[in-house]
Amino acid sequence: MDPHALQSADILRTFVVFLVVAAIVWIAVVVVLAAGLLRRPSPSQHALALDPPFENRAGQVVLGLGIATIIIVLALSVVSYAGQRSVFAKDPNALTLKITGHQWWWEVLYEADSPHLSFVTANEIRIPIEQPVRVQLESADVIHSFWVPSLTGKMDLITGQQNEIQFTAKTAGIYRGQCAEFCGLQHAHMAFSVIALPQDEFRRWREHENQSAGSPVDPLAKQGEDLFRARGCALCHTVRGTLAGGQLGPDLTHIGSRTTIAAGTLPLNSATLGAWLADPQHIKPGNLMPQMPLQSDELIAIHHYLEQLK
Amino acid sequence: MTLVTQHKELRDDVLDGLQLSTRLDRIWRTPSGLIGALTSVDHKVIGRRYILTAFVFLFLGGALALLMRVQLAGAEKHVLSADLYNQVFTMHGSTMMFLFAVPVMEAFAVYLVPLMVGTRNIAFPRLNAFSYWMFLFGGCFLWISFIFNVGPDVGWFAYVPLSNLQFTPSKRADVWAQMITFTEVAALAVAVEIVVTVFKLRAPGMTLDRIPIFVWSMLVTSFLVMFAMPSIMIASTSLILDRLVNTHFFDPAAGGHVLLWQHLFWFFGHPEVYIIFLPATGMASMILATFARRPVIGYPVIVLSLIATGFLSFGLWVHHMFVTGLPQLGAALFTANSMLIAVPSGLQIFCWLATLWDGRPVYRTPLLFVLGFIVVFVIGGLSGVMVASVPIDTQVHDTYFVVAHFHYVLIGGAVFPLIGAVYYWFPKISGRMLSERLGRWNFWLAFVGFNVAFFPMHFLGLMGMPRRVYTYIPDMGWDRLNLLSSCGAALFAVSFILLIANVVVSARRGALAGDNPWDASTLEWATTSPPPSYNFDRIPAVDHRDPLWSDTESIRVVAGLSAERREVLLTSLAEADPQVREASPEPSIWPLLTALATTVFFIGSIFTPWAVLWGTPPMAVALIGWFWPTGSREDEE
Repeated sequence: MDPHALQSADILRTFVVFLVVAAIVWIAVVVVLAAGLLRRPSPSQHALALDPPFENRAGQVVLGLGIATIIIVLALSVVSYAGQRSVFAKDPNALTLKITGHQWWWEVLYEADSPHLSFVTANEIRIPIEQPVRVQLESADVIHSFWVPSLTGKMDLITGQQNEIQFTAKTAGIYRGQCAEFCGLQHAHMAFSVIALPQDEFRRWREHENQSAGSPVDPLAKQGEDLFRARGCALCHTVRGTLAGGQLGPDLTHIGSRTTIAAGTLPLNSATLGAWLADPQHIKPGNLMPQMPLQSDELIAIHHYLEQLK
Repeated sequence: MTLVTQHKELRDDVLDGLQLSTRLDRIWRTPSGLIGALTSVDHKVIGRRYILTAFVFLFLGGALALLMRVQLAGAEKHVLSADLYNQVFTMHGSTMMFLFAVPVMEAFAVYLVPLMVGTRNIAFPRLNAFSYWMFLFGGCFLWISFIFNVGPDVGWFAYVPLSNLQFTPSKRADVWAQMITFTEVAALAVAVEIVVTVFKLRAPGMTLDRIPIFVWSMLVTSFLVMFAMPSIMIASTSLILDRLVNTHFFDPAAGGHVLLWQHLFWFFGHPEVYIIFLPATGMASMILATFARRPVIGYPVIVLSLIATGFLSFGLWVHHMFVTGLPQLGAALFTANSMLIAVPSGLQIFCWLATLWDGRPVYRTPLLFVLGFIVVFVIGGLSGVMVASVPIDTQVHDTYFVVAHFHYVLIGGAVFPLIGAVYYWFPKISGRMLSERLGRWNFWLAFVGFNVAFFPMHFLGLMGMPRRVYTYIPDMGWDRLNLLSSCGAALFAVSFILLIANVVVSARRGALAGDNPWDASTLEWATTSPPPSYNFDRIPAVDHRDPLWSDTESIRVVAGLSAERREVLLTSLAEADPQVREASPEPSIWPLLTALATTVFFIGSIFTPWAVLWGTPPMAVALIGWFWPTGSREDEE
């Protein structure tokens, strides 16, 4: 736990209170146990030759400790509830994102009042710091769980219902998130990043991200764009501003500007993108993307096309 | 009035010594040979099988755990594929929970409870045989499926929709769900037997406040089983129906609800933890009294704690669902209730500490395991208080912190006392002592290995490692702690190898135990080791909570049971006053045949609904055979 948000800091504080109490209780138990074992009680002939005053006293001590336990437990319940209240406090003016879980990646919708300002991206969530962010969580298939330990606790994405979680990042940085509910074969490779940016930087990114893909920068990229459509990529992936409008896989409009590939499995660079295109099943076995029968020159063209989708 | 020439029945008050024991043995013993083995209804024979089978599943489940630890010892290792790993962790959890932890506790109860309450056999002995066969067949069904690559891979709580037909089209989820049905049938049967045995078969004079604590713990556990397990059977059956005939219990697209599964599962799943833990505390109390050389302080406190834990355990299940978006205030109430369970658990621990404080401890292996249990379990209990808190749980839920927590509770809280119990009762069961030297090695390796394996997992969880991942990427910094944990697991495994070696060697060459090697106080030590088929020459009469300590020369008995046919003495519920002499069933092949018919029915019905139709007649035939009236003599007052 390395808190960089209001919520994760609150949780850490609650945790520390519990940890201290737990440590004291455990040490006390072990000390009493050790002391009891090291004592040399008066030797007694028979197991049933008990000393009634001692038995009474022991009973009283046990009950006293029981009452102490009740008090500790109630106090901890109050501490816990206070922590819960602040962690789950809601701010109506929060920036709203809608995240949909898929086996095994994250679809991220930035909602705005007017449709032309809403856009979709995947596996990478950019947020402004010092501003509450509300994340609405849904699932397209099985149950997943949204978890960025540095920002706040987790919340499940449950089929057939919408959950919500809020957090406010305090420091700019890249925070790793990972699916925390077992969701099938590649549960282990269902990560994402949250990139917290200063507010004006976030605004610039949002404006850029909202734009459609630019036209290809050179002939090779143009060839890539055509192949992207002709070889079936576009059946599953969307590149806004082109004819590619598939809904099954992640939106690739600005893929070239992302930091990771395959839902946080690898850092995104020229080599990993190439490896992924050549054989996605090798890197993340069982994912929905098939190995496409591409000639090497076709591969190079598509690779180039995707890289320049900044 | 008509004159009836009546055969005067021979009873155990007119016979004595060898004459009595020979006669009793002739009517109670299990016939030799294969037929005898298959028809036995002796609770000791079945209890022994049950214990052994459960331990086989422990070792199988443990082997899977080692495979996982090898895979996770470093980042991006490829010892297991993702597919195999997911089967392995599901099999590990399912085996440990359903084929080891619950059955092994019930197995010890099947063996020990009739001896501890001083009767000749368990209540409903044929049901007992049936229960064992169902457990065995269910366990084999799961493991054979796994060998044929149809092992379940949806986690031991098989959340929908992942386990729905759409996302698990193979038979893997059906195998899991039907294995549940098998083991729950077995567990429910034993629960009924234990309750009736404790309520009606106690030796005369064993009033409620003289019942040994282990028997109390099994009584409470049996009630938990009866109230908790129907919930999971409804869940698993609904899942199979969803998958087989398209009912829509858990299909949100058709109006079903996926959270319903979690409620049903955890309404069972949380009491399940206490179904495993309470018997272990009962064992700990028994061992502690014997080796502290005095009765446990606070008998009523401990008994009431067991009962309170039983009740509270049904009000905690939502703490497994804190991150499913339930209303906040409701969740907070479950936090308070979950933490409250620390009170009865704490009271038990305080009683044990007080007992050790005043006692004169004799450091034999069983006591070492109980001391280790106290040290380790308290850590698990306290981390349980942590995860009961909603804000903390949102961070640590489904991480290795929780993995560490429940292994501290289940291994620390149940397996440690259980191994202590093996050392403690092995002499009674086999007639021979386990080696004390190997026992000490066993304990220290287990204690160190366990902590090295599981303590680092707390940190891994806090560092963000989720559970159920088949691998992790290299730059997370999780490698070293995982490697450490894997080393600990290896050490822990060695301790179990020592246990096996000790049992195998000592069963043949161990020192002879005698009736009561530990000078313990409860009735199971009043008979020979191993006990005769009829348990006691005559039924003991109890006038003290620690009968063997209160009257060291000879134990009082009651006489009057038949020496010609199987008979047990029924006593009243509270005061254990003698009421009726009741016939006890003879060996029978029908429980086995019924179990076979049920097995065919259960396995067939995951493939076709027709199996329900064609599977019923054989079961009906088997049950008719089982209950065919044999004209046994009327019960006598």
